[in-house]
Amino acid sequence: MPELHFPWLEFSILTPFLGALVVWWIGDRQIARNWSIGFCFVALLFALGEWIDFSMLGAFEAHDHWDIITFLFHQDVFVIDELSAPLLPLGALIYLVTVLSTLRTKASRFSFAWTLFSEAIMLATLSCRTSWMMIVLLIVATVPPWIEIKRRQRCTRVYTIHMGLFAGLLTVGYTLLTLGQDMPGCTLIAGALISSATLLRSGICPLHCWTTDLFEKATFGTAMLFMTPLTGAYAVMRLVLPIAPDWALHWIAIASLITAVYASGMALVQSEARRFFCFLLLSNASLVLVGLELVTPIGLAGALCVWLSVGLSLTGFGLTLRSIESRIGRISLHDYHGLYQQMPGFAGFFLLTGLASIGFPGTIGFIAMELLVEGAVGVYPIIGAAVVVVAALNGIAVLHAYFRIFTGRRSTTQVSLQARMPERVSVLLLTVLIIGGGMVPGPGIASRYHAAIELGRHRHVNPNAEPTVDHEHLEDRHQEAVSP
Amino acid sequence: MNDFDIWLYWLGLAVVTIPCGLVAILGLSALLGITLSETSISRLTQAAVLGSLLPAISILLLMLATGRRFVPIELGNWVSIPEVHFHFHWKFIFDRLSVPFVILALVLCGVVGAFTRRYLHREEGYHRFFLLYSLFLAGMTISALAGTIETLFFGWELVGLSSALLVAYFHERELPVRNGQRVWSVYRLADASFLLGALLMHHFAGEGDFGTFFENAAWPGGSIPLSQSQALQVGLLLLLAAAGKSALVPFSGWLPRAMEGPTPSSAVFYGSLSVHLGAYLLLRLAPILEASWQLQLIVIGIGGISAFFGSVMSRVQSDVKSSLAYASLTQVGIIVTEIGMGFYYLALVHILGHACLRTLQLLRAPTLLNDYHAMENAIGMRLPDSTDWLAARLPSSLKRWWYRFGYERGFMDLILDSWVVHPFVAAFQLFDRQERRWTNWLSTEPSRESDHIEHHPESTERVA
Repeated sequence: MPELHFPWLEFSILTPFLGALVVWWIGDRQIARNWSIGFCFVALLFALGEWIDFSMLGAFEAHDHWDIITFLFHQDVFVIDELSAPLLPLGALIYLVTVLSTLRTKASRFSFAWTLFSEAIMLATLSCRTSWMMIVLLIVATVPPWIEIKRRQRCTRVYTIHMGLFAGLLTVGYTLLTLGQDMPGCTLIAGALISSATLLRSGICPLHCWTTDLFEKATFGTAMLFMTPLTGAYAVMRLVLPIAPDWALHWIAIASLITAVYASGMALVQSEARRFFCFLLLSNASLVLVGLELVTPIGLAGALCVWLSVGLSLTGFGLTLRSIESRIGRISLHDYHGLYQQMPGFAGFFLLTGLASIGFPGTIGFIAMELLVEGAVGVYPIIGAAVVVVAALNGIAVLHAYFRIFTGRRSTTQVSLQARMPERVSVLLLTVLIIGGGMVPGPGIASRYHAAIELGRHRHVNPNAEPTVDHEHLEDRHQEAVSP
Repeated sequence: MNDFDIWLYWLGLAVVTIPCGLVAILGLSALLGITLSETSISRLTQAAVLGSLLPAISILLLMLATGRRFVPIELGNWVSIPEVHFHFHWKFIFDRLSVPFVILALVLCGVVGAFTRRYLHREEGYHRFFLLYSLFLAGMTISALAGTIETLFFGWELVGLSSALLVAYFHERELPVRNGQRVWSVYRLADASFLLGALLMHHFAGEGDFGTFFENAAWPGGSIPLSQSQALQVGLLLLLAAAGKSALVPFSGWLPRAMEGPTPSSAVFYGSLSVHLGAYLLLRLAPILEASWQLQLIVIGIGGISAFFGSVMSRVQSDVKSSLAYASLTQVGIIVTEIGMGFYYLALVHILGHACLRTLQLLRAPTLLNDYHAMENAIGMRLPDSTDWLAARLPSSLKRWWYRFGYERGFMDLILDSWVVHPFVAAFQLFDRQERRWTNWLSTEPSRESDHIEHHPESTERVA
């Protein structure tokens, strides 16, 4: 396996982990916040370095230089490949902008140490290639939100039941898969259990109630960080896609589509901003799953592109809501608030990120959504139509929320509600990426399409999976197309 | 490419890119918090409109001088995946349809821009208006000149967003915002239909380039590589999109609501340009209509019904802008009927004339009473009360019913609300209640803190 020029992966995971330990011992919340920003920034630099280094290698996958874990366990645990390469900097960026936009007044409620720990776990999950290790990491990642809900003295039962079920299904499923490799029936049951677990983690309807409960009871930042990197979708890619036959994937795609339609409808009737955001996120995340399960190169490429666009745009969208919430408290959508005069910058960013999430022209999601719909229409036209309807409903929901929060009345306050400098930096950073990705979509699309082809080809190797698309043929055509 | 073609290329590029440049300047200044003066904004807008209009007129003159009827401007692929035949191709075409329409759009936008400079002088939302105006201008230019279905969709969406936000321009009041939301909702459904139609067109023909699709024949000629049933499917979806955009039946309810925006935006968007965009789409896709007689009949039917309804409703409205909105609908309905009957040039001329007349009427609307007084002073008597010949012969009960029908706007909003919106909302509210019961049952406490939050926390003294 090719080797990176530096241990980027290990450093990007270790940095937030060490950061968590350092911040743990710092009593002063303001200093802890500043240190956290520093650690998140360094982790992002390592993640970016790894992406650039990997891109220069031109390989499908690579492992770290001086890979200590491989030396110790004689197994490639942390591996970067075409799927995870852009997801690592995306995940690190989501954490950085969230920590950066946490106001000083709210620093006491938001645990920076646990956040850094979660970041380390998330980066490790995205880098992890060994299934058992990944399962452990996925289960460990559920702990920090649980601790936070507990510390806030809220009832943890909904979250505990769902995450307990997730952990149980995943563990039993993988154990069955490992032990019963020679028994076809056993493999099928194991696949069903693992699929159920990963879909539960992704918030597939009707097993999604834990997500709204999390947004109700945890801090907005923690809930957002647990959901926006779409770790559930990543688990589907790593644990389900390689073993599931096409018919199973198509059923998962249908279940995801039902969730997308359901969540977009629910987003329209929510009367509180957090719940609205949760359903909007679920709807978009389900669209990603729809594309992933289509298992056609164009559908897969569309899903990978939507993944990035949803990650960026909904992080920005959520951060805007969080910033508004940190100023005025929980936001009701029952009535109009008229906050435009107080925060025109947030209003503009809210609209921009919301529109980017539905694939509006000129934003990063536009071509991604077109690819996804085209991929869906190619397999089942009815699925393509449903994806378009979901995007339309989400568009209506986004503008509905915009009007409710920023317009409808004239609101006056005695203090300034304008964005603070760190918030402006976060907003500008995400804006540049959303519009930049929208204006110059070519490189991103080409990279994701190549990743889709490679993923399809690697899935083809697995005897359980029976691909309907000739990936090798497509890869040959890809080589012909890119050759001068 | 000879020198003449190179000239055409650069002129064509200027027509499209200059309005986009205006969006970039106004958008970036808003994003970075840079306050531009009213004079700067106005001058930039005038420069952009002129900078786009003059090359458009130059192209028209060159086309007339050389007799060329079709000038494509190829900008290449924005995105391309050749293995799966996916590409987003930037291509603009100058032909007998697009050139008059884009010149119309630029002239009317220029007039309204100059009018707005004084009309919104010292208004709080001056910058916001011109930002949305620039977005609309860019969207109209791109839509009018689009040479591929995906390029047309790009512009179409920009027009939709800017229109909806301009309806809600007076956003400190609730009604304009509600109306803006209504317009946006109809537009989103129309956009969804457009996108599906475009994808179906790709799916059936493997092509979204109008030039190739219509076998490079100059508008309105050309034939399409679709069977009759395929043309019907694609055409119905695109007709639905056009009906949403042009407020045809059954989507007419949003048109008077759109008049809630400032007069300049009502004039340029709903009176003259935006409302004709659906008709323009049908004109552009004329060969698809010709491929299916069923589709033509449906187009004629929708156009005729819209014209009739518009005529009835415009007579009984109690404010001048709503009355003009329905008068617009009447004319747009007639235009669509003309398109369905195959009178494409007539429809194009009708669009041009109607758009100019309606812009003038809407811009004069705020001074209507003054104009009436001036006319009465001039003739030295009250204006004569005109009664329709037909209305005079109808029984009074029937007249009352028609009056109510017209005043209630054909009950179209009521029907859409009762049959579509309310059942949809009720169903999802039911799901929401079931979710609450489920999470309450799982929890040891009421699971939703959000049930007890304040409706207006920003009004208290606890902010920040």
